Amino acid sequence: MTFKKTIRTISTALFIPFGSTLAVADSIIVQSTTSTKNSGLYDHILPIVKEDTGITVNVVAVGTGQAIKNAQRCDGDVLLVHAKTSEEKFVAQGFGVKRSDLMYNDFIIVGPNNDPAGIQGSKDVSKSLGTIASSRALFVSRGDDSGTHKAELRLWQASGVDPASASGTWYRETGSGMGATLNTAVGMGAYAMTDRATWTKFGNKGDLKIHVEGDTRLFNQYGVILVNPKNCPNVKTSAGQQFIDWLLSNRGQLTIASYQVNGKQLFFPNAN
Amino acid sequence: MPDSAFLEAFELIATANADLYEILWLSVQVSITALLVSVVLGFPLGTTLAISDFRGKYLCTTVLNALMGLPPVVVGLLVYLALSRSGPFGVLGLLYTPTAMVIAQVILITPIIAALTYQVMDDLHHEYRELFLSLNIHLAKAISAYLWDARYSLITAVLAGFGRAISEVGAVMIVGGNIDHLTRVMTTAIALETSKGELAIALALGVVLLTLALLVNGLVTAVQTRARKYGYN
Amino acid sequence: METLRIETMGLGLAIRGSTLLNDISIQVATPGVTMILGPNGAGKSLLIKCLHGLIAPTRGRCEIGLHQDGDPIRQAMVFQKPVLLRRSVLDNLQFADRHSHQKEALQQALEAVRLLEKKDQPATQLSGGEQQRLSLARALITKPKLLFLDEPTASLDPASVLIIEQLIKQASQQGVKSVFISHDIGQAKRLASDVIFLNRGQVIEHTDAATFFTNPHSREAKAYLNGEIVL
Repeated sequence: MTFKKTIRTISTALFIPFGSTLAVADSIIVQSTTSTKNSGLYDHILPIVKEDTGITVNVVAVGTGQAIKNAQRCDGDVLLVHAKTSEEKFVAQGFGVKRSDLMYNDFIIVGPNNDPAGIQGSKDVSKSLGTIASSRALFVSRGDDSGTHKAELRLWQASGVDPASASGTWYRETGSGMGATLNTAVGMGAYAMTDRATWTKFGNKGDLKIHVEGDTRLFNQYGVILVNPKNCPNVKTSAGQQFIDWLLSNRGQLTIASYQVNGKQLFFPNAN
Repeated sequence: MPDSAFLEAFELIATANADLYEILWLSVQVSITALLVSVVLGFPLGTTLAISDFRGKYLCTTVLNALMGLPPVVVGLLVYLALSRSGPFGVLGLLYTPTAMVIAQVILITPIIAALTYQVMDDLHHEYRELFLSLNIHLAKAISAYLWDARYSLITAVLAGFGRAISEVGAVMIVGGNIDHLTRVMTTAIALETSKGELAIALALGVVLLTLALLVNGLVTAVQTRARKYGYN
Repeated sequence: METLRIETMGLGLAIRGSTLLNDISIQVATPGVTMILGPNGAGKSLLIKCLHGLIAPTRGRCEIGLHQDGDPIRQAMVFQKPVLLRRSVLDNLQFADRHSHQKEALQQALEAVRLLEKKDQPATQLSGGEQQRLSLARALITKPKLLFLDEPTASLDPASVLIIEQLIKQASQQGVKSVFISHDIGQAKRLASDVIFLNRGQVIEHTDAATFFTNPHSREAKAYLNGEIVL
């Protein structure tokens, strides 16, 4: 016990002039995804959370797979991702307490201005993907097991194409976050699937524009889960639950809805 | 775009952009702290290795040189696993703090400092060995004499360590989490802006970081040149 | 005054198969300066390094002691090429000083080698002669009973040579035994009390100075003193 205290004292002392550490009582760690972070949503809602509840929310933004694994390893108090099946499994396996629907946004297909696959304006995403495959137009995928990636794979499946077999040819897997993948797509003049929020805020659109949107299958559901304190005794249960309650409350839902970029609402709250 | 990056960088610095200074300050703090710890560990290690004679010395120096090439992202991963709540040192609650970032950088730059120190001391040892033997200088006095006499060459080792620390992104990203106002440093901020497609801002931050590196190196080179001029190397 | 005794028994040194010193058995028990002479490559430097303890011989052994058994005697060495630390002249002297002399004593030592005015200069900036004088001052500040010198005045200016020789004579009078390697026959004549002549790793002869310079026993020594090349 004294050893632990000594190390903590030394490490805090090293940084006392530098600011507080995470040992602050009312602060929590949220494991979330890069696409959510990059959309700017947290920059919008977290100051309001702090005002309303006094809780400082620290967001670690990584790929969905990594966020879930981190939460499994107890390195976070709350999990906020958009991969429903994985989230339900997370709870079923005892890592999380309960999963709640939080909000949704949608995915879009973006691509080069000259639209080599000719899919502009299509309302059928699977058909469009099939056309991209048959015309062997360049398509950049995240390839990182994220919520976005899993959604993308489901759509390929629906179109009857197995893009993995073409990996390295017209189908390029970057294994990176949304932003890095979009940078690659811009650089290559390729199609890509992205969430609207990231796209709207993205600063390097280059020659790309939106070609396919509005298909209900492009619906992207977010869920929020409290990490199970029975599994992870370090979880800040009350602060974490307070944050979740706030998100699901009217106040939270309205705040989420009020987030706009270029006059467009990016996230649509749908908590029950 | 590059020229607009320079303009952007200048603007950020000139307007004393608070966010920029916060990030810059944290970068410097983390890297300097890591550097200090690495020097305390690396100088005696490199020196002792150079002036001692024992079986397996060759193996030790080979391993030390190899450790200079430790991939930062691998170190980050290992430190993360160690400091993770479910890891052996989880109880310390150090993950996602600047301390964790310092730890990761210490692991990365101590081998560099030690190996370069070894190199310098090895040369010095060839020169001083017989003299020190003749004068019966005991180990502790020898080590401090070597360190003092090699001080100007050791500065190069320290600079190399600093350069590695301040430009490193893989390890600090994993163990720090790039959390706003908490663990965001220059390199992780650049990575973030790049992933947001904000390439101009990313480049501007890069220019600022480069300027810092240039200033540090320039300052030290000036000191070294002065030393050379007065015959101290 | 007790006389220092140096004795070697079958001392040999072989490195990587080649024999550099072969079966050296000598006894040095006279005060003053013992000169070691011989052509280049004879093994003179190696011999004194073995005596001083810088190199371990591969055969035989060496004993250095006072006539009556006492503590291990203090030795010092002046190397062929001066090795100075990268600091001031005074600091170099202080570094070797095990008796924590006061500053005045150190300054006196510097004055004896005519280096007092340069005491704060970086030692590496001194001339060859000045560096070697500093090396001698450093060796003497440790108050040795036995002083080894490996061609200390080779290629030095005459003024420095004079200062160094005077100091050695002085030290000798104060009871310091010197073992001195030289290539300068004139210097040997000036300083030696006895001479050890080495050739090809072996002791060819060991006689008192007077005899050696007028009537050496060995053919090689005769040739050497004649200025011939000794193979």
